[in-house]
Amino acid sequence: MKAVYWRLIPLLIFGLLVFFLWRGLSLDPKSLPSVQIGKPLPEFELSILGKKNVQFTPSALRGQVTLLNVWASWCAACTDEQVFLLQLAREGMPIYGLNYKDNPDNALQWLVEWGNPYQLIGSDIDGKVAIDLGVYGAPETFLLDKSGVIRYRHAGVIDAAVWADEFLPRIKKLEQLT
Amino acid sequence: MSLCFRIVIFLWLCSVSMFAMSNSLYPLETPKQEAQFSHLLRELRCLVCQNQDLVDSNAELAKDLRAEVYHLVQEGKTDSEITQYLTARYGDFILFKPPVKAITAVLWFGPATFLLLGFFIFWHTCLKRTRDE
Repeated sequence: MKAVYWRLIPLLIFGLLVFFLWRGLSLDPKSLPSVQIGKPLPEFELSILGKKNVQFTPSALRGQVTLLNVWASWCAACTDEQVFLLQLAREGMPIYGLNYKDNPDNALQWLVEWGNPYQLIGSDIDGKVAIDLGVYGAPETFLLDKSGVIRYRHAGVIDAAVWADEFLPRIKKLEQLT
Repeated sequence: MSLCFRIVIFLWLCSVSMFAMSNSLYPLETPKQEAQFSHLLRELRCLVCQNQDLVDSNAELAKDLRAEVYHLVQEGKTDSEITQYLTARYGDFILFKPPVKAITAVLWFGPATFLLLGFFIFWHTCLKRTRDE
């Protein structure tokens, strides 16, 4: 009986290895966890795209559940989610923009061509605020609660499936909190 | 002058000018700071092209992070302060060498554990059996 027990150990280890390697196949190394979750937005003061002498600060996002979308006119994937963001904005979701390492003229032109779902857009020309946020590629979208704390980060394009699976349940919960 | 020799000279000049260029891009006051800057860049991962370090990568983000590390080195920050600054923003994934934590315990101690386990099983199945016989 004891000998049988010992001989099962390699099989057990093999089974464990198979389990972990199988899991590894379906993991996406490009989707990194954000360490910003649970932290308030970093302090920043950016000029607002298209406006002079007005500053965009984290206080603009307080008081309601909001999205902060990192985009740029050079980012091809950003055009993919633009139609969906416009639809969200029409449905009343407050979306703020962070224009990441972009030329303001190109950005404004892009908004004319593709539509503007944003309430306000901060112009992060040198990408400093993006570094503070841990952004590693556009588009990225942060979900913020009423007090301006980051609750979720999605790297990549938002579509209806991502919205329904990842954002809506979280937004519902955050709306209930005061 | 043989062609081969000329090529060697040409390549040498290229590498020298490259070296001069990298120095003029990120000039630092002391050789110590330069050493710190270059070894930090080797230990930090570019998050866009994930198997390249910050020295190798030409991604925009890598350029920004290089500049960020450069400013921190210039300010006289220590290695741990600089890595803390970056991991606070990008997480441990930016380090090529993961820190020893509960979550990385299997990574750090797994190989030794499995080796010991292997020896143990070997001892049990083979050595003990011959002795019993």
